[in-house]
Amino acid sequence: MKRGPGQANNIGLTRNEYTGSASTLCKGCGHNSISSQIIQVAYELSLKPEEIIKLSGIGCSSKSPAYFLGMSHGINALHGRMPAVATGALLANASLKAIGVSGDGDTGSIGLGNFKHLVRRNVRMVYVIENNGVYGLTKGQFSSTADEGQELKYAGDNPFPEMDLCLEALIAGCGFVARSFAGDVKQIRALLKAALSHRGTAVLDIISPCVAFNNQDISTKSFGYGRANQSSLHEIGYVPPMEEIILQDHEPGELEIVELHDGSQIQLRKLEAEYDASDRIEAVRRVQLSQEHDEFLTGLLYIDSTRPSLSEVAHLVETPLAELTADQLRPSKNDLDAALKRYM
Amino acid sequence: MEKRNNGTRLTHRVVNDFSIVVSTANGTGSQTANLGLLRAFFDMGIPVNGKNIFPSNIAGLPTWYHIRVSQEGFVGRKEPSILIAFNRATFLGDVAELQPGGVCFYNRDFGLVPDRDDITCYPIPVKEMTADSALKGKLKEYVANMTFLGVIAEKIGISVENIEYALLHQFGGRQKLVEPNIEVVRVAFEWSKINSVKSDPFYVSPLGKTHGKVLMTGNEAGALGAVFGGVSVAGWYPITPSTSFIDALRKFFPEMRNDGEGKATYHVVQAEDEIAALGIAIGAGWAGARSLTATSGPGISLMSEFVGFGYFAEIPVVIWDIQRVGPSTGLPTRTSQGDLASTYQLGHGDSKHVVLLPSSIEECFQFGYQAHELAETLQTPVFVLSDLDLGMNSWMGDPFPYPNEPIKRGKVLSSEALGSGPFERYKDVDGDGIGYRTLPGNTNPISAYFTRGTGHDTKAEYSERGKDWEENFKRLRRKFETARGLVPGATKDVMQGSSLCIVAFGSTRYAIEEARHVLSRKGFPTDFVRIRALPVSHSDLSLFKEHEKVIVIEMNNEGQLCGILRNEMPEVADRFISVAYLDGMPLTSEWVECRLGKHLEGWS
Repeated sequence: MKRGPGQANNIGLTRNEYTGSASTLCKGCGHNSISSQIIQVAYELSLKPEEIIKLSGIGCSSKSPAYFLGMSHGINALHGRMPAVATGALLANASLKAIGVSGDGDTGSIGLGNFKHLVRRNVRMVYVIENNGVYGLTKGQFSSTADEGQELKYAGDNPFPEMDLCLEALIAGCGFVARSFAGDVKQIRALLKAALSHRGTAVLDIISPCVAFNNQDISTKSFGYGRANQSSLHEIGYVPPMEEIILQDHEPGELEIVELHDGSQIQLRKLEAEYDASDRIEAVRRVQLSQEHDEFLTGLLYIDSTRPSLSEVAHLVETPLAELTADQLRPSKNDLDAALKRYM
Repeated sequence: MEKRNNGTRLTHRVVNDFSIVVSTANGTGSQTANLGLLRAFFDMGIPVNGKNIFPSNIAGLPTWYHIRVSQEGFVGRKEPSILIAFNRATFLGDVAELQPGGVCFYNRDFGLVPDRDDITCYPIPVKEMTADSALKGKLKEYVANMTFLGVIAEKIGISVENIEYALLHQFGGRQKLVEPNIEVVRVAFEWSKINSVKSDPFYVSPLGKTHGKVLMTGNEAGALGAVFGGVSVAGWYPITPSTSFIDALRKFFPEMRNDGEGKATYHVVQAEDEIAALGIAIGAGWAGARSLTATSGPGISLMSEFVGFGYFAEIPVVIWDIQRVGPSTGLPTRTSQGDLASTYQLGHGDSKHVVLLPSSIEECFQFGYQAHELAETLQTPVFVLSDLDLGMNSWMGDPFPYPNEPIKRGKVLSSEALGSGPFERYKDVDGDGIGYRTLPGNTNPISAYFTRGTGHDTKAEYSERGKDWEENFKRLRRKFETARGLVPGATKDVMQGSSLCIVAFGSTRYAIEEARHVLSRKGFPTDFVRIRALPVSHSDLSLFKEHEKVIVIEMNNEGQLCGILRNEMPEVADRFISVAYLDGMPLTSEWVECRLGKHLEGWS
C-alpha cells in the first residue's frame, strides 16, 4: 500500500493531484498536518475526486478545505452552519463522500446545535474537528474546549469547564467517535480511512495546536503536551473492502475487529485490555474518567455501524436527487388533476 | 321598517351577499361545522371565502370563523351580518360588534340574552338537541356545533342534503363519521322549523358560479406548485402560519414523488431551527437539487445570514414567507404584508432578492413552480411572499393549468459540455450577469471549485482585491437587471375615465376589487395595478406614466411597497401616495372605499 508521492494510485492519480492551493495558515499549524493526512488518505484509498465534497464553517480550520483535494467540489458555509449545508447536500446527492472540517469554536459554540442534530440524524460524512481551544482569526479568545483555569496573555483566565466534543457526539447518538492528535499522523490516517467507510456521521476530534495563541506545553492543546501525554486505547489498522484480510498473531482478547458497512474492517489492537469500543456507556465513562485524571486519551472511542444513515432512513432512490430527469421531477397532468379533484 | 319579535324585520331580502361569523372557543371541534357550512355554500354554487381568525393557543381561547358569500363573486372580508355566538366568554362583545339589522344565533344554555333591539335573535337549545345523541364526552361536545349548522341551514335556506354532502366531503367520504353529526343537524333543522319564525332578511339560493372550481388554501396551492416545480428537498422549522405549507408538501410528496417501488425522490427535514432549515435547503441547492424552505417573519430574521450567503455565493433556493404580524413574536396568528422591504434586501451589506407576490391560489400554484425555475436560472435565493390570510384560509379558484413550459435547470455544465474548458465559475460569459456552474459529482477534472461567502474572483478563488469586489458587484447588478426581465409583470385593470390609479400586491386585491366595483357604480372609476414581483419588471415601469395620483395600498405600517416604488421609479416618485394600515385583520372593501374617497374629486 506504500507508494512514493510521484507514483500513480489505482485510478492513475498521483498524490500531487489530491493537493489543493497553498495553505495560508501559520507555519507549523496543526491543521496543515491534518490536511496532509487527508490528502495522503484520499491518495492511498484511490478516492475519485469527483465523488468527494468538502465542507466547512468559518475559522482557521474551515479555511483548510481549500488546501486539499483541489479537484473536489467544496463549500465554505457560515460560522457553525456547515452541518446543515452538509445535510442538504447529501440529501441532494447521497452518492457523495463528504469530508467536513470544523473547529472548536465552529462546532462547540456557535454551531453546537447544528452539530448535535447532524449527529442525531446520522448524516453520512466525516466530521473533523480541528480542536485547539482558541479562536485564531480573532486573535486568541478562549473557545468552549479550552482548559478550565487556563491563563493566556490575551484571553486572560478561563473560569469555565472544558466542553468535550467527543462526549457531546456520544450523547447525541454518534456511531463513530474518535479522538486523535495532529502529531500522530499514523493514527489520524487510520481513523480517517475508517471514518470514510462509516455508515453515518464519523466524528474525529483532533487536538490540533494553534502555534500562534495556544501552544505552551502547559496547555492540553499544545504539541508539547500531546507528545508527552498522548495515551492511545489501541493501535488502529484499517483494511479496505476487497482487500484480503490477514490477521496478525495476537493474544486472545487483544484484537477487536469491527466490520464496516462497505465491507472494510477496522482492527483495533488493544493497548488497554478491558476497553470495548462497541460499548457506548463505557465510552462515556472512560472519556469522563480521562477528564478527571487529566489523561489525553486517543483512539476510536466508540463505534456502532448498525444505525442507518439519514439517506437510508429517507428511503431515497438510488439516483441522486440532483440527477433526476425533468420527467422524474414533475408529476404528470393526471397527478395534478387527481389532486385538484379533491378540492372541487 | 317593521319591528317584530326581538329584532328588526327588513322589508327586502338579502340574497347571497353577506358575511357570517362563528364565534367559538378553539379546541371545541367547531372547525368541522365551520368548514361544512363553507362547503355547503360552495356546493350550492355560491362564491365563498372562509377565514379563520384564531388565537395563538391550543384550546380555550376565542376563535372566529368568517364566511363570506357573494353573488357577485367578491370574497374579501366583510363585517358580519350574521353571528353564531357559541362562546360564552365573548358573547357580549360579539353581540355588541354585530352590524345593525344583523342576526344572532346563540347557545341558549349560556343563560345570556343579547341586549340589543336592532338585531334578530334565534336562541338554540343545544343540550336539548344533543340529548339523544349516542356520543359521549368530548365527541358530544364536538357534535354540539352541529346544532347551529342545522338551525342556520333551516333559516337561510340550505337543505339538510346539502349539509350532509358538505360534511361527507369534510370527513373525506367516510359516511360513518358523518352519521352522528348529520343526525344532530337534522334534529336542529326540524326544531328550528317548528319552534322559531324566520324574521330576518338573509337568504342563500343556489347559483351556478362555483362549478368546476376548487376551494383550497394558498399554502396547499403553493406546495402543489412547488411539487410541480420539481422541488426535491425541503428544510423547515415549525412556525405559524407556514406550517400548513409543509404539511401540504408532505401530503403531496408521497403521492406524486415515489418511484413506484417504495423509494422516494424527495425528502423533507424538520430542522433544529430556521437557520438550519435554510442551510439544508441551500446545501441541496448547491449540490443540484431543487429545494425550498417555508417560514414566517421570525424565521426570516434568523435566515438572514444564509440568504446573504446564497445571494453572494449564488446558490438557487426558494424561500416561502407566509407573513404574519411583526416585529418580534408580534401577532403570530394575524395577517400582514410587513416583510416586503426586509425580504427584498435581506442580509447585511448590499443584497437584493427576487420576491414573488402571489395574490390568489392560482398564483400560489403558478409562482410555486416558477420560483424554482427563476432560482435556478438566476442562481440565487428567490422569495415567495404570501400571508396568513392567503396561506391558511380557504379560497376559490379555477383548477390550475398544468405547467406547459418544460423544466429548465439553468446554466449547469455537464462534464461533456465543459470539455477542456476554460471554466470560471463567476465569469459573465453571456453578458446577463449569470455565470456557469458545475455540480459536485461532475467527472471533468476542471469542474471543481470552492464555493465561498468570502470575497472571490471569477475563478471562485479567495480575493480581497478591491477591483475583484467591484467587478463582482457590477455583475450581480447586471444579474438583477436580467431578473427584472424574467419575473412576472404587474397586471393592470383599466376603467374608462378613471382619475386615479391604485397599486397593491398580494391578498389585498379582494377588498380593492370590491371597492373599485362599488366606487365605479357611484361614478368613480379607478385603475388598478397589481405588482406581482420585485424587482418591478421592465414593463411595470411604464404603467404609472399616465397617472398623476397613484395610491399604494398595503397591510403594513410603513408603506413598504410605496417606498420601494418611489425608489425604483424616481421620475414618477412624487405621484405615489401611501395608504398603509395594519391591525392584523384582512382589509375590507368598505375600508378601502373610505380611504380612497379622500383622493377622489367630488367624493363626499
